[in-house]
Amino acid sequence: MATVETRGVRKYYGDVVAVNGVDLLTRDGEFLVLLGPSGCGKTTLLRMIAGFETPTAGELLIAGEVVNDLPPRARKIAMVFQSYALYPHMTVFKNIAFPLKAQKVEKAIIPQKVEWAASLFGIGHLLHRKPRELSGGERQRVALARALVREPAVFLLDEPLSNLDAQLRASARDELQQFQRRIGTTTIYVTHDQVEAMGLGDRIAVMRAGTVRQIGTPQEIYHEPADTFVARFVGSPPMNLLQHQKYILGFRPEHFLPQGTQNEKGKVSTFSFRVTRVEYLGADRLLYGLLNGAFSDQKVIARLPSTVTVDIKAETTYDFTVEEKELKFFDTTTELRISTRPL
Amino acid sequence: MSIIDSTRWLGPLLIGPAVLYIVLLIGVPFFMALYYSVSNTTTGGGTLGFVGLRNFTNVVGTPRFQTALKNTLIFALLSQVVILVLSNALALALQRDFRGKRLIRFFILLPWVAPISIGTIAWLWIFDSTYSVLNWTLRMAGLIQGQGFMWLGVPHLAMGSVIAVHVWRQLPLATVILLGGLSSIPQDIHDAAAVDGAGFWRHYFQITLPLILPISLVALLFGLIFAFTDIVIIYNLTRGGPYDTTQVLASLAFYTGIAGGDLAEGAAIALFLFPLLLAVAYGFLRIAHRTEVT
Repeated sequence: MATVETRGVRKYYGDVVAVNGVDLLTRDGEFLVLLGPSGCGKTTLLRMIAGFETPTAGELLIAGEVVNDLPPRARKIAMVFQSYALYPHMTVFKNIAFPLKAQKVEKAIIPQKVEWAASLFGIGHLLHRKPRELSGGERQRVALARALVREPAVFLLDEPLSNLDAQLRASARDELQQFQRRIGTTTIYVTHDQVEAMGLGDRIAVMRAGTVRQIGTPQEIYHEPADTFVARFVGSPPMNLLQHQKYILGFRPEHFLPQGTQNEKGKVSTFSFRVTRVEYLGADRLLYGLLNGAFSDQKVIARLPSTVTVDIKAETTYDFTVEEKELKFFDTTTELRISTRPL
Repeated sequence: MSIIDSTRWLGPLLIGPAVLYIVLLIGVPFFMALYYSVSNTTTGGGTLGFVGLRNFTNVVGTPRFQTALKNTLIFALLSQVVILVLSNALALALQRDFRGKRLIRFFILLPWVAPISIGTIAWLWIFDSTYSVLNWTLRMAGLIQGQGFMWLGVPHLAMGSVIAVHVWRQLPLATVILLGGLSSIPQDIHDAAAVDGAGFWRHYFQITLPLILPISLVALLFGLIFAFTDIVIIYNLTRGGPYDTTQVLASLAFYTGIAGGDLAEGAAIALFLFPLLLAVAYGFLRIAHRTEVT
């Protein structure tokens, strides 16, 4: 087990800045998710930790040791690729045994270890198949078993679920988390999928344009976004952001409810909301519309759980409220979070 | 409706020239050779009588034929081994990014693009007994004194020289084919092997080589058949000499059938290896198909 630390890590490709100064420190045994849109530098950062790319500047530490000049094989890491990168000419057994052989593990122990890793992922019956004879889900398990078998200090996962269909992805997510908790190995997981990030991560580092915008628990990321980018990127539908001369006001769609339906009895702010469209999604209703008054004609979305049964019709104006503690304020120029202030 | 829209006529029309080419320039001579080899024809013409396998039985026992057969096997197999090793090394080197890579790729491809007769005539001068630039270089480097080597005039040296020129000629194509194979391996596979702890040799022999094996076999097949059947290099450099030590079946067939006028026996010599090559081609394509991955 080990921690991973990046100190001021940068990566330039010519004039293109891929990673622009990232400082991260994982905790021992933590599941850390790097979340961001494509091109934000998250995969480049992971590939630098793995040793496939050399940082232009900065230091990488694994288990407290600077590894900048170590080749991938000397970093005690294991990686699972988006494509799984199974060796197509080898059977599942040989795929899983490959890292052991490469590390000159005693020959007699290899079959035992391979079977142990395979049984962890329920692929013991597939050991004699070739990768092309496996389904997507089975390939993914083989890739995980191959990564696990040599008991690395750190796991690096590059969007390992994105090639699975939606249903399989949900169950694979569950298994992945259980497995990580059980073995307790520090894990860095790259994804652009916020649902995966929220569901899997002990902490999430949200990245944009080569920098980490916020690092925190899923709760912190969701409820206390550090800037408008995080507020918009996490949450579906995203946080409503309203332009004001002095600040940007934000609140989550699920906190924007018809007057009188708020659960708690805290102070509320009231908005006049003209609904233009109602989307019925089963568990929720999404209301699209425009505000009147101080934030006139700004678009907002409300998400009403099915427990709120108030009748809402399109092209009608209602009074909606937000609890004042759920109002977030951001600076108009830096877009960073600022302290709460009166509307 | 124009002919372009007619699926019934457009296909045959487009493939027609190719079929015609194959039938007239490959098919007809091939079947003529087949018949010549069991006839008693000569370049003088006239007779086309059927004589069964007499040409084959006549020729197989002669020392000249047996030397040529042995030389053919040595020439083809040795040159292919050298080509395989060198082209693998070259392809691996050229796969990396470095300054001037395009220029070097261009230079490496040159021997394949340049007309082979011009190339071998240049080699004839390089190997010349009096003006050899090789001997000059060795003398300047202080490695030899006096006259130097008779590159094309001494039995083993002559075979070595023609093999060297054949390697020079074939290496570009083999390298380009292997480069194609190498670039078809996803980078993820290489990264996975690097993370899994494989060093250079393990990575090469257990990951890279098995993955380019199918395409390497195809390259080897082409190379072998070319080496078994080509006579340009030997014709230009040694004419099969000295004392038939570089005479191969293809050149012997030429000297017997065309220069010597015994078309029937020439055809028999030329066709002698045909069943073997057919079997080799079939075997290789089967293996290539079976080892095909993904």
